[in-house]
Amino acid sequence: MALSPKARRVGAKAAHIGTLAAFTMFTAFPFYWMLITAFKQTSDLMKRENNPFILNAPPTFEHIRVLFQDTLFANWLWNTAWVGVIVVLITLVLAVPAGYALARLTGRWGEQLGIAIFLTYLVPPTLLFIPLSRVIANLGLQDSLWSLVLVYPSFTIPFCTWLLMGFFKAIPPDLEEAAMIDGCSRLGAFVKIVIPISIAGILTVVIFTFTLVMQEFVYALTFITSVSQYTVSVGVPTFLVHGDVYFWGSLMAGCFIASVPIAIVYNFFVDRFIAGFTVGAVK
Amino acid sequence: MKAPVTTVVVAEEVRGSRLAHLLDSEKWLGRLMIGPAILYIALLVGFPFFLALYYSVSDITVGSQSLNFVGLKNFTSIIGTANFKASLKNTFIFALVSQVIVLVLAKVLALALYKDFRGKWLVRFLILLPWVAPISLGTIGWLWILDSTYSVINWTLEALGLIRPEGWFMWLGIPHLAMGSVIAVHVWRLLPLATVILLAGLASIPQDIHDAAAVDGAGFWRHLVQITIPLLLPIMIVAVLFGAIFAFTDMIVIYVLTRGGPYDTTQVLASLAFFTGIQSGDLAEGAAIALFLFPLLLAAAVVFLRIARQAEVA
Repeated sequence: MALSPKARRVGAKAAHIGTLAAFTMFTAFPFYWMLITAFKQTSDLMKRENNPFILNAPPTFEHIRVLFQDTLFANWLWNTAWVGVIVVLITLVLAVPAGYALARLTGRWGEQLGIAIFLTYLVPPTLLFIPLSRVIANLGLQDSLWSLVLVYPSFTIPFCTWLLMGFFKAIPPDLEEAAMIDGCSRLGAFVKIVIPISIAGILTVVIFTFTLVMQEFVYALTFITSVSQYTVSVGVPTFLVHGDVYFWGSLMAGCFIASVPIAIVYNFFVDRFIAGFTVGAVK
Repeated sequence: MKAPVTTVVVAEEVRGSRLAHLLDSEKWLGRLMIGPAILYIALLVGFPFFLALYYSVSDITVGSQSLNFVGLKNFTSIIGTANFKASLKNTFIFALVSQVIVLVLAKVLALALYKDFRGKWLVRFLILLPWVAPISLGTIGWLWILDSTYSVINWTLEALGLIRPEGWFMWLGIPHLAMGSVIAVHVWRLLPLATVILLAGLASIPQDIHDAAAVDGAGFWRHLVQITIPLLLPIMIVAVLFGAIFAFTDMIVIYVLTRGGPYDTTQVLASLAFFTGIQSGDLAEGAAIALFLFPLLLAAAVVFLRIARQAEVA
């Protein structure tokens, strides 16, 4: 069967668009589903004959009102933000100097040490949450957000140190050399020269740390028991899931509000994140 | 990679003796700068890890004040139980099946995304959503999609005339369907990461190689099998590695969707460790269950190190 080149091009294009459309539907559908459910009237949600893909009745804001006024959702958002900010600060204070030291000051074994630190990021919570639950209890931090503040840097520091190490390595050493010849100390050059030009890298680390905190589930589920102390990623699945149909609207509104805005911000930085993940396998 | 290091050395030699003590203090400065981070990791990753090893050979529970050494009793008693055997089997099915599907789909999707087209930014964002949104919340979206009474999938199948109103599937209530659903959600969640990793790999293949192959008259399949895939191999290993770690150790999808049910048919080691160690309070046995995941992670770490070393040599 001989197809004309034009027909081939059109066919290839259609296949390309079709592939992308199918994948996009698969990945984004749950979020569309959250959005439309959040605005559907309960009577519409409950009627099995209604076409579920569209609004069969005017949109309602009732679910969102219920979510913010009758549940602890706003509380959970606040808890998450509070933990997030403190963990970001701890991570920056520890990972920025560590990343720089690995990039410039530790010489040959810096590379090995960097890889070792990165590998600790891969130790999953599944292996550690049981002993840590006991440690947290012994410290008297059970059911306190401080338990999360203490534990979360254990996975944000390794990854951020690794990312920052790559970032600092990409800065030409001549800049600091010049400053040091002019009488700056190594530390002075780091603070005055390197940090100001690394703002983009530091911002990346801030965003990642925050999203990692927002996504974390296992530790929060293990350490926290009071409803009012939950973070959003645990509060919503454990306390808003009633198996009760009347609640799906608010539940979906909560999921959408807590996931999509942060996803948009994260999206701007995702390439750097991947660069960290792929280490030396891509040159 | 080594070039910047040499420049530093040369520059420092030029400045000669004045630098002798500065170099000394640089060594100390380096240690001082990295020390706190290493200490933090040692205290909150290293120490609990050894604690996990210790707990697994003890009889500790949530309420107990003291603990006794019991040898390998926890391990031997777990291995015999039906729910452990089921969890071990499920963990492998869950991780292997989802990884194979993810790898195939990610390859197709990465090739499609590699081309330039209008609206690429938006498409890429929509495809990344499952990865960048908190996983527990995305999974709740699926809980609603797979709802036994109001599942949109059932509605669509009925509208297409494929099933009858009384034939609606209980996606999360029937053993095989539940496993299938959990795997599908996991594929959904891990596909974006594997895709972007493969995309980074595709972008790193020099255009000349593609051009040369085109000049030599390689067709699409030949090009894919003989050029693209072999060159992508290292990065595919990275994608599989991370995917496997997430798949083997994850309990979020299962906790939110099925809590291991029906009848432990979707229980995996991670969720079993949680239910045993935290909810039933048997820390020792929970720790022992979780440790079964360790050999796996060790293998992953070894592969990772090899790749990193190869990249360094190249």
